[in-house]
Amino acid sequence: MKGFEAVEFRIDRRNGIAAYQQIVQQTKQALRLGVLTPGDRLPTAKEVAEACAINPNTTFKAYRELEREGLVELRAGLGTFVRRSLARPQAGADSQLRGELEGWMARAREAGLERDDVSALVASVLEKQYAAAGAVGIVNSQEPRSISE
Amino acid sequence: MDLGGPPEESAIEAYGVSKRYRRGWALRECSFRLPAGRICGLVGPNGAGKTTLMAMAANLLEPTNGSLKVFGAAPESAEAGRRTAFLAQEKPLFRRFTVAETLRLGRELNPGWDQQAAESIVRAGDVPMHAKIGTLSGGQRTRVAFALAFGKRPDLLMLDEPMSDLDPLVRHELMGTLLAAAAERGTTVLMSSHMLSELGDVCDFLLVISTGGLRMAGDVDEILSAHMLLQGVDNAPGQGRNPSPEVPADLARHTVIEYRTSGRQASALIRPDGPVSDRWQSHTPHLEELLLSYLRCPDAPALISPGAQVPGRLHGSETEAA
Repeated sequence: MKGFEAVEFRIDRRNGIAAYQQIVQQTKQALRLGVLTPGDRLPTAKEVAEACAINPNTTFKAYRELEREGLVELRAGLGTFVRRSLARPQAGADSQLRGELEGWMARAREAGLERDDVSALVASVLEKQYAAAGAVGIVNSQEPRSISE
Repeated sequence: MDLGGPPEESAIEAYGVSKRYRRGWALRECSFRLPAGRICGLVGPNGAGKTTLMAMAANLLEPTNGSLKVFGAAPESAEAGRRTAFLAQEKPLFRRFTVAETLRLGRELNPGWDQQAAESIVRAGDVPMHAKIGTLSGGQRTRVAFALAFGKRPDLLMLDEPMSDLDPLVRHELMGTLLAAAAERGTTVLMSSHMLSELGDVCDFLLVISTGGLRMAGDVDEILSAHMLLQGVDNAPGQGRNPSPEVPADLARHTVIEYRTSGRQASALIRPDGPVSDRWQSHTPHLEELLLSYLRCPDAPALISPGAQVPGRLHGSETEAA
């Protein structure tokens, strides 16, 4: 039984980010942008292995991490399905938060800050505000592949 | 559909395996296990004994000393033979046979033959079924040999430098086919390769051999997390590159695999034992960096992770502790 399949992963071998993290990031990005919505089926480990030539365990590892975060669920024999979206109305194009950020950035530019200065400033505040949330649990899973998909 | 059996099952177990040719020892005292269902990279310099090791597991060679088991059975048993396929580097095929005849041979010799899988691999490369093997290009021959190995539906598939004569597109395609089949059937794969950068995406288990001895064996994640790559300032800078700099005292408590200096910069690959001094910046190494360090330093202490050890044998890590 195959559900609607909305994404295809793209593994970049030169950016130094582990392949499983790339799958996690790309899935989250798709959830934020609304490309993936609840009920969508993610590609199986076999499909990802075939398309990207990566180890099937890499995909399982990524899906387990997404499952731990409550974003997807593994249904035995059926596949991995999206449980909830990450699209946030508060962060949408016409939201108040975005308007405030645009205003702030315009002031930064008027004050003479370059693009890199602004990125560094944003990164630094981001780090401070979200420091606790950044501590993601260490993934340490290498069970043999389940062959349920 | 769990064809891999219980998770503890070993696809290969080697007990003190050695092989001597007339010119000397090709492999000495190798003890390890490869758990079933893993995709394992076999890494080492040319002449390190990679082909010898696979040929012994495939029952093409007999060990001089020690023994091997394939899914618990002797390599020469019918049981092991039925469950194992070996794709040799020279891709031995009958040159006068056509592609179709080659696949028919595979079908008649192998009870579990999957004609559809074999044919789809051949067709994906537009190799004509009626062409004689002798008229095919190197890459096309490799494809037919792949089809023959896949069609057998083995539980253990061993490939010796499988990708060396393939263009990047075909390599990507066949690697994808291999990994998809492994995902579907839980096939154990043992594959020798010099393409260190590709191994990280493909393999979840590693065997590293050099100068006939086992240097490293285990789960890729476990191996990576057991190491640290350190960068710092060399306390006693010499002139330019020093080929064998002295390891600084603050690293002495750790297992130092490689220590290098260049100008004022120092870098080290270590297996940490306790905290590392603040003067070092530490990173988790990439698989390629780690393998290069081990290949450059054949005298570094061996690392055989618990999951790769066979009972009753002295392994590198125990030798080191003794």
